[in-house]
Amino acid sequence: MSVITIERKVLEKNDEIASRNRSLLELHGIFAINIVSSPGAGKTSLLERTLQELGNTLKIGVIEGDVSTDIDAQRVARYHAPVVQIITNGGCHLEAKLVQDALSKLALQETRLLIIENVGNLVCPANYDLGEAMKVVILSTTEGDDKPLKYPAMVRNASILIINKIDLIPYVSCDLNALRQNALRINPGLKIFELSCTTGAGIKEWCAWLKEKGSKRT
Amino acid sequence: MHELAIAQNIVEIVQESVPKAQIPAVRVVKMRVGKLAGVVPDSLEFCFSAIACGTKLQGAHLQIDQIPAAGRCKACANDFTMEEYAFSCPACGSVEIELVCGTELEVSEIELSEENVEAV
Repeated sequence: MSVITIERKVLEKNDEIASRNRSLLELHGIFAINIVSSPGAGKTSLLERTLQELGNTLKIGVIEGDVSTDIDAQRVARYHAPVVQIITNGGCHLEAKLVQDALSKLALQETRLLIIENVGNLVCPANYDLGEAMKVVILSTTEGDDKPLKYPAMVRNASILIINKIDLIPYVSCDLNALRQNALRINPGLKIFELSCTTGAGIKEWCAWLKEKGSKRT
Repeated sequence: MHELAIAQNIVEIVQESVPKAQIPAVRVVKMRVGKLAGVVPDSLEFCFSAIACGTKLQGAHLQIDQIPAAGRCKACANDFTMEEYAFSCPACGSVEIELVCGTELEVSEIELSEENVEAV
């Protein structure tokens, strides 16, 4: 019996490519966010609202990740934003290499803000750095207030929490205060936005913050 | 569910770390997996065996050493083991916690038998 000692991180290749993506984005002064959530929490709806609000003032590029179909890219294209669709064919998360390929299809010199919409999944995307400046996790009120405790890795790795569907609070069993507290227990540094992509409540605050981030680097 | 992708990464690391002729001699791939790494050990072992099946790595298996999550309180410097994701200090209650370990996802050692080495 012989032993080879190697000490290698399993995701080192992904992390290396993510670092290269990050350097490329920084070189072009692009602020990049990686939006993660469960399916149906409102990633694409938030993207549409954001493009509606900021599309005329900020050059926004979009990378769409989905297991199947380019339905989301079609939704986003209506707002005249450059969009690259990644179809993972069953893959449950985006990896840095897929984003690297997508970046080569975007006009980076013209882009100020890059929004990456990850595959709808609150587990797997937590492990994969794509080269973004920060992860934005969306939890919706219909999912209940215990979700931060059930999916802690995602909440821990995110910098921003968006609580979506606040217009539905009267109809669902979700204590907004408990949701906030549960999230802050996992990650006390989280910045929280509360909004509704349906009514538009809270969208202005989110967009004002995003605009500031996107403009700072120009 | 991403255990399959991770198992594929592990196979690649083994292929890069072991001379080609010795790949069939790989018996055990030792790993360190933190409690907060977001990986289910049983599932990872299963995926690794499934990928190895029918290749020169057939018969090799993963041995996973689970690393508990540990934190250090930034307020009172208390070191503690974390149960689940309780990110607060059991001594003073502060939530300003530095994660010391628990997110590892590493291949640490590969054990080879003296048999099954292919003639070069």
